[in-house]
Formats: sequence, C-alpha cells, structure tokens
Amino acid sequence: MSKVQSGLRYSEEHEWLDTDAAPAKVGVSAVAAEALGDVVYLDLPEVGSELSAGTTCGEIESTKSVSDLYSPVTGTVVEVNQEVIDNPALVNEDPYGAGWLFTVDVTAEGPLLSPEEYASKNGGEL
Amino acid sequence: MTAGTQATTPATAGATEKRTALYGRHEALGASFTDFGGWQMPLKYGSELAEHRAVREAAGLFDLSHMGEVWATGPAAGAFLDYALVGKLSAIAVGKAKYSLICAEDGGIIDDLIVYRVAPEQYLVVPNAGNADTVAAELEARREAFGSDGGGVSLRDASAETSLIAVQGPNAQEIVLSLVAADQADAVTGLKYYASLGLELELRDGGVPVLLARTGYTGEDGFELFVANEHAAGLWDAIRAAGEGRDLIPCGLAARDSLRLEAGMPLYGNELSRDVTPFEAGLGGVVALKSKDGDFVGRAALQAKKDDGAGTTGGRRLVGLRGLGRRAARSHYTVLKDGRQVGEVTSGQPSPTLGYPVALAYVDVELAEPGTQLEVDLRGKAEPFEVVALPFYKRER
Repeated sequence: MSKVQSGLRYSEEHEWLDTDAAPAKVGVSAVAAEALGDVVYLDLPEVGSELSAGTTCGEIESTKSVSDLYSPVTGTVVEVNQEVIDNPALVNEDPYGAGWLFTVDVTAEGPLLSPEEYASKNGGEL
Repeated sequence: MTAGTQATTPATAGATEKRTALYGRHEALGASFTDFGGWQMPLKYGSELAEHRAVREAAGLFDLSHMGEVWATGPAAGAFLDYALVGKLSAIAVGKAKYSLICAEDGGIIDDLIVYRVAPEQYLVVPNAGNADTVAAELEARREAFGSDGGGVSLRDASAETSLIAVQGPNAQEIVLSLVAADQADAVTGLKYYASLGLELELRDGGVPVLLARTGYTGEDGFELFVANEHAAGLWDAIRAAGEGRDLIPCGLAARDSLRLEAGMPLYGNELSRDVTPFEAGLGGVVALKSKDGDFVGRAALQAKKDDGAGTTGGRRLVGLRGLGRRAARSHYTVLKDGRQVGEVTSGQPSPTLGYPVALAYVDVELAEPGTQLEVDLRGKAEPFEVVALPFYKRER
C-alpha cells in the first residue's frame, strides 16, 4: 500500500504541504503517484506566479492519464524543482523527497487533512 | 490533483469481472488490476514504462487469457468464415493466420480478430475479450444462415477453458526455444510471422499441448501460446524460469496498450467500433470485395461505402499524429485545423520509445496526408500536431 508520510498535511486533491520547510514545500502523495502510473511530464507554475488555494496551477501527465495540479495554498511561488521537471520519474520514485514540485511563500492555506485523515480517506499506509 | 482524463479502459460490469487461470500468479506478483472487457486483468506489476521497455529491449510476458477462442470445424469451415467475416479465410494456408474483421450488415465493425488455420478443416477465431460473447453468438447466427444444418460447420466457443500467454520482444524466440524439444527447434525458429504450430511442451506437469503462434500486438517479434486452463500456471512458470537471465518480466495491459499504439495497431473500442467502416480505419485491404465471389455479411454495405469513397475521398480517415510539444493528446480530444473541428483523437499518450506524444485520430480525409499540420485541443489550449505515417515505431529486423 502506498505510504502516507507523517509530518505533512494533505489536500483533498492529493497534494502534500510541508510547512516545516521555509518556504513551504508542495508535492503529490505516493497514493496519487501510484494511481497516476509513471509520470512523464510536469507542467509547473513559474517562479513568482501567484497561486490561489484550491485552483489549478499545473498539470501532471503520466503514460496513462493527465491530471490537473491544484495548489493547496495561496501565495507566491519561490522555487520550482528543476530536477523533477527534467526527471519526472522522481514523482514515482520519491514523492515526498526528491520528487517535490515547488515551494511557496504562503499567505493562506486551503482546507488540509492530517496524515491520518488523508490515509483513512485514501487507503494509504502511515 | 484530480484526474482530468483517465486510462482508456472501457467501462465494464462492476463486481462480476471474470478472473483468468493466472489470477493467482498476478496477485502474488503484486499486480494492480483493471477491469477490461469484463475481466480482472493486470494493468501493471511495477512500472508500466519498465514493462514497455522490457518488450522493446528484451522480453515481456503477458496473460491474454481474456481473449476469446472460437473453433470452426468441418469441410465447409473455410467457406463459412468467408461468409461470416470480411476476409478470404478459405485461402489461408494450413499453419498460417490472417487478421480479419467481422462486420454488421451495415458495414460497421463488430470486432477485429485473428483467424488461424490449424488444420485443413479446422480454424481458430480469436476475438477481443469484450466482444468474445458477441462474436460467438454472431458466428452461430451466421452459421445457421449459412446453410441448412449449418452447412457442415460446427462451432465451439472454447474461451472459458482456454488460456493465452504471450512472450514478446527480441529475446522471445530464445526463451521459447529453451522450452521446446531439440527436434522441434528448427520448426520454431523457422516459424514465420502470422504462422502457428501445434506442439507438446515438456513441463513439470508432463507433456502439455500448446498452439504456438508467431503473432503479437506489440510491434516486436514474439509468440502467443494457447493452452488449456489447467496448464496455464505451469506454462507461465516455465516461461518465467526460461526468461531468467534473458531479462523477461511480466507485463500488464498498460504496457500492452502503449506498445500497440507505437506499433500503430488499432484497439477495438478506441479506433474500431460499429460506427466505423474498415475503409475509414485504413483496413480496406482486409475486406475481400474483389477476391471473394460469394456473398458475405456486410458485403453490399461495404461495397456501397467503398464506391462512395469512404476513407479515401470522403468522410474521415484514421491517421497517426505526432505531438510537436510535450503534452499528449488523449482519447476523445478534438482535432482542429485553424481552429475548426476536423476530427477526434481515439488513442494517445507520450511514446515511451520515441520520447514524443503520439496519437491515433480520425480526421477529414483531405487532412490525412503525412506532413499535414493540425492542432489538438488539449484541455482548452490548441497544441500543434503533425500527421505522420504509421506505424510510429518499427523494429529493426
């Protein structure tokens, strides 16, 4: 079963948010990565762009499907993970580590779930 | 993240999916399953990209037991299939196979299938999983129409008791050779594409009869092995053992779909349907309007459509599209020319082998020439695609 990492919070749309990092870091959960299949292309927001919690900010494309990426927070994009753009397989290999997507200077958070809530909703493993 | 477009697996009955004789093997391998044609089939075991690459570079093992198997036997079996299907099956040499179609009276495609002539009076018809029951029933109805008492043809639907295992990829022959007796090695090596051979494999259960065919749906060299359900697991295990050191891995339907798309092969339900004629699908050559004198189901309608220029001068045509950007077109996306709707994508994804997006689409015939610049509406944004010749991928021989 896919891992749900503790110490993070999760959106309904399967993004994770790490607010212990400064600025806050965003990625997608292992549950989502597993459901997507092998990720082959990422369309991420540009540095400096303004995100609004709960709205689309990019695309994540796998061999079998394509999904919108939703921002879990409102704020300004500080950094985009160039490594994951160059090697989208990192989303599958290490979704909570090297597969992070971008960092945000957060001004407001959208509704977020605890790891326990997210895991019980999505069948993940803590 | 929410799914915009999901996998193109046709929706099927919820809790009543059938399981193949190899279900336990897939489960033990940790496969993710998908519903396909009423069956619970492995979608992938690990990474579908790794499975795809294994078939292109080494070898992949597939459970295709969801496919149907209908035997047509008797002195008039060939003549019957000439009547029931669009091709001239009576002309197949014994030991050879032919790709064919079963069409409705109106010319629409009921299914695409492979027909093997395994003996002078014995043919094996292999329809798609989701159409197996329909094809079996349709063949039976056509048998009754063919002649009194079925014209001396008997039909037997062996789908429920037959398993089908495919070994595909450059190492496939070496793997299969390691399973056959020494005195049969030359026959296997000499087996041509779209040819088949009945033989007995010495497995741990003893001698196991198989029908070995050099066919596939991946664009690589490879074999498909028909075997009775009770021997399926033994054969699967023997092939896996033979594949050790030859980089064989089990592959699911996700890889099967991406492999066949690269090879430009149509998938029933995506490219082929009752609403499509063979001419539009680029399968006019499969319809034996000239070489068959007798009537066959759909003949009049198909002749009329051909005379109308369907797929050549009028209507739409199935084409290959290459994405010029990185984003892939997906099934049901709209194809545009200067903002005007000119067609629809039937299958599409990023090509793992080629590294760019590929798609199959029906477009207006005047836009079907390779080199034609089109666009596909990718969720609100028109992205450039170019018509290219099929297949997208062709193996080096």
